[in-house]
Amino acid sequence: MAANQVGRQTITFGILPRLVSMHTIVGTLEGKGPYGGYFHEVLEDDLLGQKTAEKAERQILENAVNEALRKGGLVPQDVQYYISGDLLNQVISAVFSARSLGVPFLGIFSACGTFAQGLGLASIMLQGGFADKVMVATSSHYQTAERQYRYPIELNIQHVPTNQHTVTGAGACVLATEGEGPKITHATFGKVVDMGLKNPNDMGSAMAPAAFATLEQHVQDTGRPPDYYDLILTGDLGRQGLKMLHVIAEKKGFALGSNLQDGGALIYGNDPKVGAGASGAACSAVMTLGFVATQLYQGKLQKVLLIGTGALLNQLTIQQGDSIPTVAHAVAIEA
Amino acid sequence: MKPQEYQALVKENQPPRAIGKNVFLAFLVGGAISAVGQLVLEFVSGVERTTDEAAAVTLAIMILLGSVLTGLGVYDKIAEKGGAGAAVPITGFSNTVTAAAMEFRREGFILGMGAKMFVIAGPVLVYGILSGFTVALIKAVVLGYF
Amino acid sequence: MSYVIAFLTGGLICAAAQLVLEYTQLTPAHVLVGLTVIGALLGGLGIYEPFLKFAGAGALVPVSGFGSSIARGMLSEIKRLGWEGLFTGAFEITGLGLAAAVVFGSLMAIVSKPRD
Repeated sequence: MAANQVGRQTITFGILPRLVSMHTIVGTLEGKGPYGGYFHEVLEDDLLGQKTAEKAERQILENAVNEALRKGGLVPQDVQYYISGDLLNQVISAVFSARSLGVPFLGIFSACGTFAQGLGLASIMLQGGFADKVMVATSSHYQTAERQYRYPIELNIQHVPTNQHTVTGAGACVLATEGEGPKITHATFGKVVDMGLKNPNDMGSAMAPAAFATLEQHVQDTGRPPDYYDLILTGDLGRQGLKMLHVIAEKKGFALGSNLQDGGALIYGNDPKVGAGASGAACSAVMTLGFVATQLYQGKLQKVLLIGTGALLNQLTIQQGDSIPTVAHAVAIEA
Repeated sequence: MKPQEYQALVKENQPPRAIGKNVFLAFLVGGAISAVGQLVLEFVSGVERTTDEAAAVTLAIMILLGSVLTGLGVYDKIAEKGGAGAAVPITGFSNTVTAAAMEFRREGFILGMGAKMFVIAGPVLVYGILSGFTVALIKAVVLGYF
Repeated sequence: MSYVIAFLTGGLICAAAQLVLEYTQLTPAHVLVGLTVIGALLGGLGIYEPFLKFAGAGALVPVSGFGSSIARGMLSEIKRLGWEGLFTGAFEITGLGLAAAVVFGSLMAIVSKPRD
């Protein structure tokens, strides 16, 4: 086994990469939610005066990246790599933001689990001595996701209770080998899990088995029981997916602590308009960099396990009758 | 856990759907739109010569209504409550055309709005025509219209 | 009275469609197509016409009325033109509405933007 491997799927970072600088931006609906106060910036206009929602999303992502740099007293040349992804085809928002940033770019996709994947990959680069500062950022936008994955905005659609509402926003952070900030200690990258579910209106249920598989593997690899963490934050299973995660754990006799929360189930509170809660690549980024990081700074939380979950849904294969493959990546963060 | 086993668990654990309420709201909204249609139909019937002409004009006026409500951003709100009550009337058909036109307008007038205006309404036209054609052809042959 | 009948029949068709949506995996698009086809078949067989006379807009306004208008247009044009009517008839009654949908839809797309 390699030096930094722990068990089958987990790796550990002895140098403890730190989240030295970060910025989160959310849309109006997210700003009105119970976690609105934790985000660094709440938009007044989700379109930022842009002509299209796609242009708006990339602008939000660029703004988050630039602010994260500015807060750290950094210029783009100070970071060696930019790891970024979003929900759109060809991760196009990330690509355009990378064009503006002018830093070597690695585009990644794990749908709503993209941010956790990015944190893990950046930590590997720092641990390996390939970089001393890496930028990680993700974005999503309700309007761009709706039109790519679902229907026109104004269409007569009645949402079902298991629908999830895509978060409008972006989160960006700089990971560095030196400096002050929350530390990344472990990452557990997940396998693709597919239980044969085909309902794109219930992605939470599709993702729950992937979240469980990664959590179980992490516990097995590290020997840390779930209640080792003050908070295990999945994202984004929504209320329905969280319920299914509990159902799976119960079936398997796996003790989940009361410390388990889901970013998608939290961000909008109990707003009935959003069905089972939130989804979107921005959701776990803004919940981690807004809410979790603040709590770690304030000492209210000490140890957090972020489990980013992604429904790797493709509109074409869904129409062709294929099921929804899913994945979950876990990252352990300590104050 | 086997996929089939999990799929059964997911089915068992679906959140309850307010079926009674949804069906009742669909009834109310669909009924109300039809009653508005009746108002239009009776007004138009006083002006137009034949019942087919009155039907055609009534459909067009309802389509105008659905289109304007979509443009004002109201129709999707009605549908969120009314479900099939908003989707099934011809105003809902009109909504699909207008919503698609508004949505894809940003990709240009030709390849966006023009190409995708009927992206949702298209199947209704295609299968309406195919089924009408089939039954009309059989009837015409059997009754010796040709 | 005609308003009550229109309300009840139109409402019942929509309620039936909602029941199908609730109890099956079908999407609204499937249900709309299904209702249109049913309307076209019944219209072609001459069954929808008496229903239209009875229920007025309650039968005309749901998409089944649109489907029946396609078939009825075909039949009346066949009587007038012969085989050509099979093709031109589809838009005999519905053409006005379809052109209206295109014109108004375009207009709305120009003056209005999608919003949440």
